[in-house]
This record gives sequence, structure tokens and C-alpha cells, in this order.
Amino acid sequence: MELKEKLLAIKEEAARLFAEENADIEALRIRYLGKKGELTAVLRGMGAVAPEERPTVGAIVNEVREFIENKIVELREKRAKEEFARRLVAEKLDVTMPAIMPPVGGRHPLSKVKLEMENIFLGMGFTIAEGPEVEYDYYNFEALNMPAGHPARDTQDTFYITDKILLRSQTSSVQVRTMEKEKPPIRIISPGRVYRSDEVDATHSPLFHQVEGLVVDRGITMGDLRGTLLIFAKNLFGEATRIRFRPHHFPYTEPSAEVDVSCFACGGEGCRLCKGEGWIEILGCGMVHPNVLSGCGIDPDIYSGFAFGIGIERVAMLKYHIDDMRLFYENDLRFLAQF
Amino acid sequence: MKLPLQWCSEFTNVGDIDIKTFCDRMTDTGSKVEGWEECAPDVENVVVGRVVKIERHPDSDHLWICEVDVGEASHRTIVTGAQNVFEGAIVPVAKASAKLPGGVEIKSGKLRGVISDGMLCSIDELGLTTHEMPGNDSSGICILGDEFAGSIGVDIRDALLLRSVTVDFEITPNRPDCLSVIGLAREAAVVFGRTFSVPTPKDEVSGDGDDVSKYIKVDIDAPDLCPRYCAKVIKNVKIAPSPLWMRMRLRAAGVRPINNIVDITNYVMLEYGQPMHAFDYSCLDGAYIIVRRAREGELFRSLAENDTDKPLSPSMLVIADERKPVALAGIIGGANSEIKPTTTTVVFESANFNGTSVRFTSKAMNIRTESSARFEKGMDPENAMLALLRACELVTMLGAGEVVDGTIDVYPGKQTKRTVKFEPDRINDFLGTDIPRSKMEEILSSLGFGVESGGDVVTVPSWRGDIWCMSDLAEEIIRIYGYNEVTTTLPLVRIKQGGRTQRQQFELSLHELMCGMGLWETATFSFIGPRYLDMIRVPEDDKRRNCVVISNPLGKDTSIMRTTALPSMLDVLLHNQNHKNLSAAMYELATIYLPRGEDTLPDEKKVLVVGMYGGGVDFYRLKGICERVILSAGISGYKTYAVRDNPSYHPGRCGEIRLADGTVLCVLGQMHSEVAEGFELSGEIYAAEIDVEAIFDRRISVREFRQLPKYPAVWRDFSFVCDEEIEAGSVVDVCYEAGGELVESAYIVDVYRGEQTGEGKKSVSVRVHLRASDRTLTDAEADEIAARILDEIGRRLGASLRGK
Repeated sequence: MELKEKLLAIKEEAARLFAEENADIEALRIRYLGKKGELTAVLRGMGAVAPEERPTVGAIVNEVREFIENKIVELREKRAKEEFARRLVAEKLDVTMPAIMPPVGGRHPLSKVKLEMENIFLGMGFTIAEGPEVEYDYYNFEALNMPAGHPARDTQDTFYITDKILLRSQTSSVQVRTMEKEKPPIRIISPGRVYRSDEVDATHSPLFHQVEGLVVDRGITMGDLRGTLLIFAKNLFGEATRIRFRPHHFPYTEPSAEVDVSCFACGGEGCRLCKGEGWIEILGCGMVHPNVLSGCGIDPDIYSGFAFGIGIERVAMLKYHIDDMRLFYENDLRFLAQF
Repeated sequence: MKLPLQWCSEFTNVGDIDIKTFCDRMTDTGSKVEGWEECAPDVENVVVGRVVKIERHPDSDHLWICEVDVGEASHRTIVTGAQNVFEGAIVPVAKASAKLPGGVEIKSGKLRGVISDGMLCSIDELGLTTHEMPGNDSSGICILGDEFAGSIGVDIRDALLLRSVTVDFEITPNRPDCLSVIGLAREAAVVFGRTFSVPTPKDEVSGDGDDVSKYIKVDIDAPDLCPRYCAKVIKNVKIAPSPLWMRMRLRAAGVRPINNIVDITNYVMLEYGQPMHAFDYSCLDGAYIIVRRAREGELFRSLAENDTDKPLSPSMLVIADERKPVALAGIIGGANSEIKPTTTTVVFESANFNGTSVRFTSKAMNIRTESSARFEKGMDPENAMLALLRACELVTMLGAGEVVDGTIDVYPGKQTKRTVKFEPDRINDFLGTDIPRSKMEEILSSLGFGVESGGDVVTVPSWRGDIWCMSDLAEEIIRIYGYNEVTTTLPLVRIKQGGRTQRQQFELSLHELMCGMGLWETATFSFIGPRYLDMIRVPEDDKRRNCVVISNPLGKDTSIMRTTALPSMLDVLLHNQNHKNLSAAMYELATIYLPRGEDTLPDEKKVLVVGMYGGGVDFYRLKGICERVILSAGISGYKTYAVRDNPSYHPGRCGEIRLADGTVLCVLGQMHSEVAEGFELSGEIYAAEIDVEAIFDRRISVREFRQLPKYPAVWRDFSFVCDEEIEAGSVVDVCYEAGGELVESAYIVDVYRGEQTGEGKKSVSVRVHLRASDRTLTDAEADEIAARILDEIGRRLGASLRGK
């Protein structure tokens, strides 16, 4: 029984050692299970055990070995877990450090406003028509009821290339091109660049952008013009927006109007943006002049239509509170990145 | 057009209407108000006074102590430094405390020990000029004259008729009739429902036996350009200042008073809208006036100050005497016949001229006057005679001369009255309204239309040259009825395809791609200057030098339409560098304008121009952006070629991406240092010009699905050592060509230069993916292809496997 006791003593000693804080697993494995280990030595001594006792002793030996082997696995897992926990702690980041930003770009504010306007009309079934910027006098003036010598030509200082070719001073030129090509019903908008010989300052530029609109069909009324522009204004400036028509004169529309929208900053109370008026002038419009229709081969006795033109810069300046038109064409990143 | 409301009230009484209401309602009905002002808004507590006694200030050699009667119980003591004051002088007195223009406040105070209880005013201090107050200048106190003797103590604004309010209108070119007090009064009367009447000018006959025909004969040689010419002669003219009331009305309307005759012509022009002219009769050779076209090279000097002789051309209309032009018709009089202080006989002209002709002449001669501004919009010939008679009436009223009996009226262009079909139902249909016929008739009639109740037509007043058709009548009715009374409706439409075209969608997706790759869209001017082409070193014979040229540009740098967007982009980069933006990545989908011949419109093409600096950008990043654009259009089979001779770009860092057929899709590279320096740009500047038209034309818009591979790929890696001059791209090309169709992809993994490769050599590592769609490739097959590649690379590029 000496051997038995010795085995139990080994087990007891092992249990103590494995429980120690800094137990060296590998050293303990070698100490007990290595070639020259204590348990191995006991096994070697099995020869001296009486054959009838061998099963009993063998069982104890196995039990002690299993105990030690389990302890090794157990402790290794525990150590691994601790190590993992330590690593997680070590991997800690300062999440308040600056982000690495993916590069991002963006559309020009004029394009953003243009897209917004386009989408409103596309939703109403309009198409987008385009026309040349270098244009015949005919399309820019003559076909729009402004023959040579017409005083209204003076209201738009025009850049000329030749006597007959100019830089279009209004996107209305596209109206005529569209009506020449298409038969009613016509529903187009035409965004684009227009040119007038104004020196550059905070509110003028020799080049700016307009969106032109044209609807021609049977039975189109001035009420329809008002309704369509009301939808447009509500979409662009908010559901509470109201519109106001003021008589004006354009040679290519009759009746003609300038349209104000209720100030979207103060709702019409009067503020700095609307200069206390409560209203902001936003576009020009009217019923297409019969001379323009018939000049394009559309019978004004059968068809009627309306047209409108709106300055993109003006809307962008109002919407974003931009006080200087030059900013649009300087393309400073600090400006562009704000929208 | 400045409308003094007092003047307006002579024709329709608007004096009781609140000014804000007046302005709003006029604007709402089509006469747009720009603003309004009082004649003398800043003058307060200034009265007419009489200097009763005057003595030297005891402690000063230039100050005077005045005792002034301002209509109060006791006289005021006022110290003045002016030297033109005398006992009995009637002067404007600013009582302490008074307000004067420019924020000046007058309080009592001591001047060298003497209390001064106010100030005697000069015309300057009242905001007046020597034109309105003849005989006075700014150096002394304003001496009002004995006619104010009964006005002592009266507020100076009442005494000098400075109480009126003037409303400033923006008159649209279709309404020249509203460039007059009478025209605007007529509008106001309709708007406010007031009565309106214009007294007919008196044409008094003296019966002294004298007649205009004894003085002058008038002929019209160009009836197409001069439909009517009326004239009268004034004899025994006494040139003098016009009376206060006329001077102050002219001032309120923004016109400077000059003398009685000139003031009368201006007064009538403002009142009737009819420009007039006054000739000095003694300067008219042959007692003859002929309205004719100018002779080629004929010289004319206008009465404008410092004008010189200028040649005329036969397209211009002149008023001439027997020998010379004496006026540019409807624009300005000549220096040779202008009214002088010594003038004794005057010819008044009140005529009608063709608007287009006046406009062209005014432009060609670069002279714009109140007269030309009216005539070029088309005046009413019927108005000419009324205005002339009104002028003569004023001559008599002012005692400026004697009106010679008889009138000249040459009227070759008399028109019959125009009628327009009046269809109330159609007007309501057109407007979307339900206005009763009677209301329409009432509006038209009040505007001066000839309306017969229930009639089919209305007669257009002679002054409304803008009314021709139904929609014109509709506008007249609805602007008075109220634009905002029209109920909003939506068009009842037939369904039609809406939305963006393929091209528009393509451009939109390009924008999305560019923004997604971190680039910012710019908007630059379409015009540039020729020097910009020099700055990007465009060769003299390059087709980009052929530009659409603006004939009247604002300046040299905005004088041609761009044939390349590169300079615009470099300008943007410069602006950003100058404003210390450390890096920039910009793009623009820009239009360029390529001429197609003199009378033809240019080709307007879109290019995608990219510009970048800083932030680690290099050629390959730029190349990646360009390739992404091309790939996004579904285009494959393009290759990049080195370009050494594009003068805008670095000769060693410029490439073109081309298709197999040679089409150039893109030019890209680092800007040539001379170009960068020319723009004052610093550091490495990268730019690309992508041909959007070529990409759009070749895009694959319908994508077809390909089965995902069923069998695995095998790959082989090679590291070739070759001459430095061999382009990496050609190594890849050979891999494809030699490997055949089983090569799925071949790409550069690494390029290495070092001791092992040797001088002038480099090592290029390529990975080749091989795949068959119907089986797994065996090693033997792969090895055989690899051997073929090796072989070809050796044969065609002189390259060998590294280490061998």
C-alpha cells in the first residue's frame, strides 16, 4: 500500500501546485508526466507490485494521470482566456481620434438647384429640351416677337458673333426650336446657360443659368399657368408658399407677369431676405403670344400655351443665402463643399 | 419715369390716396413702381424771413449779426458769415431747431459771444441748385426776391413748392404712352375709379395779320420715317428763367430747368410724352425745314456740351434747312440752331418719327436722350398737335413770347383707327375666368378704347400701339380686374412620355460617378481670352485656335468661346491654390464650341475636364479616374499610349487612352511646368480631358449577364527582366496575345529596379489567370500556355525570366 499512498500524495501535491498563482504548466507536466516524471517513475515501479494488486494500483495511477492531464488542459484554457482578455485590452483604440474620411465630391450648388427644379417638372410629365448656346438671332429674338429694331431688345444686352448669330440671352430660344419640331401637346423645360453683357459684380454676371418652361395644348389657360407655378413654388420653397402675379411685359407672352413667392424665410411677415416686403420676385411668365405660336406653325385659334423662365442663380442665392454671385464661378472648394 | 403726384392730380385727383396704397395698386395693375420720394424730405422748420437789421459782429471782421423777421412776435437774432445779405433781403431761415439735408440740425448757439437763434440758408443747404433758383449760387445766402414779401413766416417747402411727392415708375417698352404725366394719370384714374380729363390746349388767334407761312415752309422727304411734322413760330421771344412752379415741377420730374423756352419743351414732353424741339429761327437758312435722310459724310454737331462734328450716313434721318442738318430727327438738336439768350424768334417742332430708325441712329451715333428713348418705342402721331398747342399756350401763359398765328401740319402718315375683334367668351376661356362682358366693356372703355355695348369689335386708342389681338385685350382686362383673381387650375393634359432622355441620363450618371470618386463639380465661364490658348501652349496651327469670336466682348479675356476647357479648369485650381486649399480634385462637364463656318452655328460638344493637385494625386490615380469613366460606359478594349509631344503636358507624363480604331477617348497627364508656371500654379498639377461625345457614342447601354465561372482558374506568376524602355503595358499585351483565349486576365503585380536587375533594366512581375469555361485546366495545359508566353516575351520584347 506504500505505492498507493505515494500516488495519493502525488495527486495531492499536484493539486496544490496547479492551484498556485504562477503555476508553470509545462514544468509541472514534465515533473509528473515527463519521461523522468514522478508518475512515470511510479509506473516504472509497477513491476514490483504484486500481480493481484496491479489492477487496483493501475486504476489509481490512471486516475492520478487523468487528474493531472485535466488540470493541464483546464489551466491552459484558463490561461488562453486570460491572454485573450489581455489582448482585447491591449487592442483598445481611442475612438475619439480623427476619422480617415473616404474622399467625397459633390455637385455644384447651381446644379443642385437645377436638378431640384428639373425633378419637380419631370414629376409632372415634362421632358427636358436642350438647345444651342450660340444661337441664331432668329430663335433668340425674331421668332419671339422681337424683330430687329424692337425696343425690348435693349432690355437684354446681347453678345453678338455676327449680325445673325449671337450668344442666347434667354433660354426662350428653345421654345421656338421645340415648337418647330414637335406638335402639341408640348410640355418641356429647358435649363441652360444664357449670356448678357453685364460686367461682373455681386448681382450680375455675363453668364448665368435659366430654366425655361413651355406648355402648349388645346385649352391651356392663365389659371393653368398659375396652378402649375403654384405647385412648382410649393415644391421648391415649401408647402406653405403662396404666389403673387404682377403684370409685366415680355414681347413673347401676352398677358405677361412677374411672379413673387411669399418669403420662405419669414412666411410673408417681412424680414431681411425679402427686404420687409414679405414677397420675393422669382420668375417671369405669361401666355405664349399668338405671333410666336403661328410663327412656329401652331394655330393660335386652336392651341394656347404658357411659358415661364426662372433664374437658377437667383433661386440658389435665395435658398442658400448667398450674397455674392461671383462665388458660383470662383469654384472655391470651401464654398462648393458647403452644399 | 418720375411722376410728381401734384402734377398728376391736375388730370385725375389722387392727392387723397395713401402713398403706399397708390404704389401697390399701380404696381398690381402693370405700372411698376420703383420707389417714391418727397421733394424735400429733410427740410424741416425752415421758413421765409426778412432781414430787418444788419450790423457787423463786434468781435469779427467777417461775421454779421442780423435781426430777422420770421413772422413771430419778436425778431430773431441770427449770426451769418455770408457777405451778400442786406437789410430788407428775403431769405430762407432755418429756425433753431431745424433740419436740413444731409442730416444737418440747426440749434441755437453762441458765435463769438453772440447768441444765434438759427441760420440763414444758401441754396446748397436746402438741397437746391442754381438751375432751380436762378440768380443764386452756393457761395451766399439764397435771396428769394420780393415776390415772397407776403410769405414771411411761411414754411419754405410751401413757399418754394417743395411739398410734392414723386413716384418713380419702371415703364416697360410696350407702354411709351406711360412715359408721360397724362399717360400715368389715365392709368391711375382707371385703377382708382376716378374721373380723368385733359383740358384741350387753347389755340388763340391774335389776328395781327402775321402767319406762320410767312416765316417757314416744311417738307417731308422721307414720309416712311416721319409720319407727321407740326410746327409753330414764336416771335418777340424774351429768354428768361421760367417761373418757380415750372422749375419745381421739372425738378420733381428729374429734369434740370434751363430757360423758359427750353423748359416749356421739356415740360410738354413730360406732360404729354411728346418730345419737342425749339430752333432759333435766325439760324435756319432759307426759312425752310426739310425732313430728309442725311447725305453720306454730312457733318453734324449736337448741342451737347463739348460735342464735335460727326459724320452721318444716309440711313439716318435729319431735320435740315436749305443748307445743313439742324437736328438729328427725334434725338437731339444741332449746336448750330440752339436757343441762345439772344434768341428772338423760335420754331417749335412737334413731330413723329419712326421708332426703329431713331433707335438705329441713336445707337450708331451713341447718343441717347429723353427724346430718343420715347421715339424708339413708337409714339402716337395724334399727340403731336396737342403737345404743340400746349407748348404755345404755355408760351403765352409765361409771357415768353408771341405765338404767330397759323400752324404747320404735314401729316403723310395718318392712320385710320384700328379695331380689334372683341370676344368675351374666348377671353374668359383663355384666362380661365368668368368675367362678365359688362365688366370687360367697362374696363376697356375706361382705358380709352372705343366700346359699343354688345359690339363685335373695340376701337384701339391711338396711343396704344401695342394692342393688336385677343390676348392683348385679355391682358388689359385682367391686369385691371386683377391677375391674382384668376383661380389656380391645373392643365387637363393628354398623357405624354416625360422624363430624361438617354443622353441626359448618361450625363447624370457621369456626374454621380465623378462625385462618388471624390471630385467636386465646377461651373466656369464658357468664354476665355486668346492668351489662355497661349498659356496652355496650343500651337499656332492647332484647330483649337479656330474659335467663335464675340464681336462685342466685355474684355479680351472673355472674347472667344472656348474650344478647350483646360484653361478654365486651371483657373479654378489657381483660385483654390491662392486661397490655401491644400488639395483639390475638380471636374466639369463643360461645353466647348467648335466653329463650322461663318453663317453656321458651331458644334457644341461636351468634354469632361478633370483637374487635381495635392492630396497624394499622381498620374496613376488620375488614370484610374479616367478609366472608371470609360468602364462605366461599358467600354473595354481601350489602351493607354504614351504621348511625348502634347505641348500642354509633361512630355514624360502624358498619355492618351485610345480605342483599337484609334479614337482618342481621353488625354491625361501632369501639366507641363511651363503651363503650370504660366498660370502661377505650384507643385504637380494633373489634368485630363475626356471626350464625352466619343464615350456616349460607344457606350454599351444594355448589359448582358454572363454565367459565373463553373470551373476554377489557375494562375502563373512571371517576373521578367527587360530593358527599361519596354512598357509594362506591352508585357501584358504579349501575355494576352501569346496565351490565347484561355487567358482570363493578365496584370502587372510589381515593377522592380535594383542591383539584381542591372543598369538600364527592370523586372516586371505579371500574374496570368487561365480559365476554361468547360473544364478544369490541367497543370500540363497551363504549363504549355506559360511556356508559349515565355517564348513570345523573349522573342518580342527581349525579356527573360528573372534569375535565368
